Amino acid sequence: MSELATRPSVRTAALSLGSIWPVAVVALGAGAAFFLFPYDLAFLTRIVIMMVFVLSFDLILGYAGIATLGHAAMYGCGAYAAGLVALHISPDPLLGLVFGALGGALIAWLSGLVLMRAHGMTLLMISIAVTMVLQEAASKARWLTGGADGLPGVSVSPIFGWFEFDFVGQVAFIYSVCVLVAVLVFCQLVVGSPFGLALKGIKGSPSRMRAIGTPVYRRKVTIYVLAGAIAGIAGALAAQVTGLVGIEVFNFSLSADVMVMLILGGAGRLYGAIIGTLIFMVVHHVAAAIDPFNWLFVIGAMLLVVVFALPQGLISLPDRLIRTFRRT
Amino acid sequence: MAQGLAINGLCTSFGGLQVARDVTVTLPPGSRTALIGPNGAGKTTFANLITGVLQPSSGTILLDGQDIAGLSEAARVRVGIAKTFQITNLFKDLTVRENLRLPMLERTGLTSRIFCRADKNQEIEAEILQLLTDFKLAPLADRRVRSLAYGQQRLVELALTLALKPKILILDEPAAGVPSTESHLVVEAIKRLPADLSVLIIEHDMQLVFDVADRIIVLVNGAVLMEGRPDEVTADPRVQELYLGGVHA
Repeated sequence: MSELATRPSVRTAALSLGSIWPVAVVALGAGAAFFLFPYDLAFLTRIVIMMVFVLSFDLILGYAGIATLGHAAMYGCGAYAAGLVALHISPDPLLGLVFGALGGALIAWLSGLVLMRAHGMTLLMISIAVTMVLQEAASKARWLTGGADGLPGVSVSPIFGWFEFDFVGQVAFIYSVCVLVAVLVFCQLVVGSPFGLALKGIKGSPSRMRAIGTPVYRRKVTIYVLAGAIAGIAGALAAQVTGLVGIEVFNFSLSADVMVMLILGGAGRLYGAIIGTLIFMVVHHVAAAIDPFNWLFVIGAMLLVVVFALPQGLISLPDRLIRTFRRT
Repeated sequence: MAQGLAINGLCTSFGGLQVARDVTVTLPPGSRTALIGPNGAGKTTFANLITGVLQPSSGTILLDGQDIAGLSEAARVRVGIAKTFQITNLFKDLTVRENLRLPMLERTGLTSRIFCRADKNQEIEAEILQLLTDFKLAPLADRRVRSLAYGQQRLVELALTLALKPKILILDEPAAGVPSTESHLVVEAIKRLPADLSVLIIEHDMQLVFDVADRIIVLVNGAVLMEGRPDEVTADPRVQELYLGGVHA
């Protein structure tokens, strides 16, 4: 109590010690991976970018309880925004990230104004439709997007004019990890804030939230735009690191994969998104190398086991084991 | 300027069915009013008209002299109208403490904030502690609401609505579904509500109504049949016929 009393107001101590360790684990894990797998950095970078993307999806599905199958819309817009900026305005990578975030946020806002009024199956269908419309538009607008060929040769300048993107992908990996850490810290801020608690309330009972005076629709649009901005950053990173932007960024399978990764890891706790992405990507990589035609079988089996045995996701496995052992 | 809630000539209908006919009711500050009537009399509809879930087709709703009929549900909460649901409606995966924190953050306009912690506002935390103590919920503060008994959940819901600091509190069947062994907890909690709060109780349980209400409104087919003190209402032949005779207009 005395410790509480010395704190002046709401604005204090935005990040407590308890929320620093996931960030530390991510940073340490990335550092270890960097030295252990020096020849797989391109693959590791893809994992890190997907982690950013899945984190953004956790904000809307895991915290606000908004289930969509069109999260690729924001990722794709971010990728195109960053690619176009690099080609026509400035090759600066950080500027590209800013425009990626703006692109993702803009499409999230425009589509969210409609989507956030829908629920359940309707919401799933409209969110898929939005992504399909965007893919069709990107395919038709050849003058801007290069159509099915994609944007030709997106290249970015050294970060801060200093760190040049190298062949092995060391800089790209470190750059992506830095963005991931920043996004993770931001997400922790959001979920620990009064706004974050309101999101959990909306997930729990929208009618009760309205009855305590919350503008539920407005809060949902806000988190959709925030998540859209982060998804846009993920898309921008992918565009910058691979140097390619094609209409596949709007593929339905990307939206579906994101949902699978999140459910696998555990929704509504941020690090579930990180674990889920890591496991999905590694299993995908290894299984596809062994059997390029049937790798989906492994993912499918894993998802079945998790959904039936661990509905809270793999992240709840240690808790479950401890409880089982205590009982026996 | 009249204090409290003044409802004048309220009408609404679902298609061809009139569910509120020219309802005129006043709820002065500090009043304990019970709304009774047979099933389908329009009691919950009436509550929904006050809270803004439904819009009236005609009539006025004045709170402290100000017309609130045009306000949305959320806006009416902010001017001081709160309700509990017929079936408890809480955030079941959050703790009791968090369930109380949310309405307070909402009342103080903080839920749009991102760059601060939800659980570090000293005044709000002190207020939560006070409410927890008032409702004897302190030992359960960090339990998830899902794990509480139904009677305890009812108390949490009462505390949650009080956290909004309302002027008008509508209780939609506060004892419904509560086992008889726990219903005294609910009755005691209602009796301890702040004296200046005006409370409207929709209830079937007549014992509870006589325990807490100082005035009773009888609603039949969407219209006010009569209004008066509990003893006046029970002495009225029309009410006796309604509740004992089983035949009504």
